[in-house]
Amino acid sequence: MNWKWDLFFDAFPLILEGLSITVALTIACYLFALIFGFAWTFLRRIPIKIVHWTVTWVMEFIRSTPPLVQLFFIYYAWPMIPGIGVSLPAFLSAVLGIGLHYSTYIGEVYRSGIESVNKGQWEASKALNFSTIQKWRKIILPQAVPPTIPMLGNYLIIMFKEVPLAATIGVTGMLHIANEFGAQHFRYLESLTIVAILFLVLSYPSAIMIRKLEQKINRRFDKDEALQESKGAVV
Amino acid sequence: MTDTTIKKEIKKQDFSQMEPIVKYEDIHKAFGDVEVLKGINLDIRPGEKVALIGPSGSGKTTIIRMLMTLEEPTSGEIIVDGKNLWHMEKNGQLVPANEKHLRAVRGNIGMVFQHFNLFPHMTILENCMTAPIHVQKESKASAKQRSIEMLEKVGLGDKLDNYPNQLSGGQKQRVAMARALVMRPKIMLFDEVTSALDPELVGEVLEVIRDIAREGEMAMVLVTHEMEFAQEIADRIVFLDNGVIAEEGSPSEVLEHSKNERLASFLSRFRS
Repeated sequence: MNWKWDLFFDAFPLILEGLSITVALTIACYLFALIFGFAWTFLRRIPIKIVHWTVTWVMEFIRSTPPLVQLFFIYYAWPMIPGIGVSLPAFLSAVLGIGLHYSTYIGEVYRSGIESVNKGQWEASKALNFSTIQKWRKIILPQAVPPTIPMLGNYLIIMFKEVPLAATIGVTGMLHIANEFGAQHFRYLESLTIVAILFLVLSYPSAIMIRKLEQKINRRFDKDEALQESKGAVV
Repeated sequence: MTDTTIKKEIKKQDFSQMEPIVKYEDIHKAFGDVEVLKGINLDIRPGEKVALIGPSGSGKTTIIRMLMTLEEPTSGEIIVDGKNLWHMEKNGQLVPANEKHLRAVRGNIGMVFQHFNLFPHMTILENCMTAPIHVQKESKASAKQRSIEMLEKVGLGDKLDNYPNQLSGGQKQRVAMARALVMRPKIMLFDEVTSALDPELVGEVLEVIRDIAREGEMAMVLVTHEMEFAQEIADRIVFLDNGVIAEEGSPSEVLEHSKNERLASFLSRFRS
């Protein structure tokens, strides 16, 4: 086997430096997606048909296009559009591209959380005369948020594994550095192996943590009451 | 279940001379193409206990849900304590009520649901004291004290720190009543509050309603299938059939001396 340990040890510190960029990019994309996900959910709840349909259609469009295409479009094509074209640095383009793409999925997670709150809870909030803000803060969100936490955690891991896309527009994360290192030495085996190992070392324990968290939340959240209430009659 | 000694304690009154606290004026309600209510005129007077009976689908639950603002009437007006519930005046014209107006009028009304609708993330004490503190701006200490008193009154003083999923159905429903009562509503609505309970738990819930009825200050509207109970506590019984009020009067008039055939066939199902 022609595995070269000297190259491995040469590449390791370089790639480790790229790790901080990769993690920073993940966090930036994730925060962007969390905030924009909220915006999608909020816009979709506006009870005006045209707003609802427009937002739904835009979300569907973003979800149905590959993130790589969106990334290329934002980085290479958008600056060329007269009038609204803006040339963004690679890192910001990546945050915008990947963050926007995943915000549509995060928006769905929020929606499913809100929909998991039983209709009876909304009615009880009304019967006790809570204001709209009090209703969301005291009654709806405390019940809607816990079930979404494992899903949101999963998206964090998925996005962590997706940010190497940014290497294609030159963001110097782990993959980009490993690729350059390979090109210099005409060998990719050692450097790309390091990238794979570092991703594994970070993703796998996170996945286990999220599974634990999920079990904890399921245990705390007794489904009994919700089941009974869901049979609620109308007439 | 009918206990004659208790029966005597509940004063039956004739409220017909009093000014109503709730007036339904020609209320219609349709869900899609289905017209559930076809012109309801109904007065409820302060302190009066009214039982709504009738076959399922007759619209009795819809009547009280509209008063709680959970459903909007298709046409007609509901007047609560002199104020129009679903409309407000703006520049001399009646316009649909906004949330602020609805909240102001809704503050007079409390409701107990068939499926309890307790807040599962709060202890039963928190279930009771949250609304007085945040909606009525009562001090925390006083809201807590009143909530504890109310929970003791419904026999759950030893469960203050339990969560709803640790209680039986009957206990949950008693918490739901305490939660509505601490808001001190002028009108209390009961929507088939014993229908979701196991038969052996119905008695404890009816006992609490009996206690509330005996105090007498609150108007109560009960949608119920418990005919004996309705006869025992109601001042007036309203029989709904097919979206209209088909019979109305004192319990003895409606349940014993009515000539309405639909009512007779409806009641026969409970007497067999």
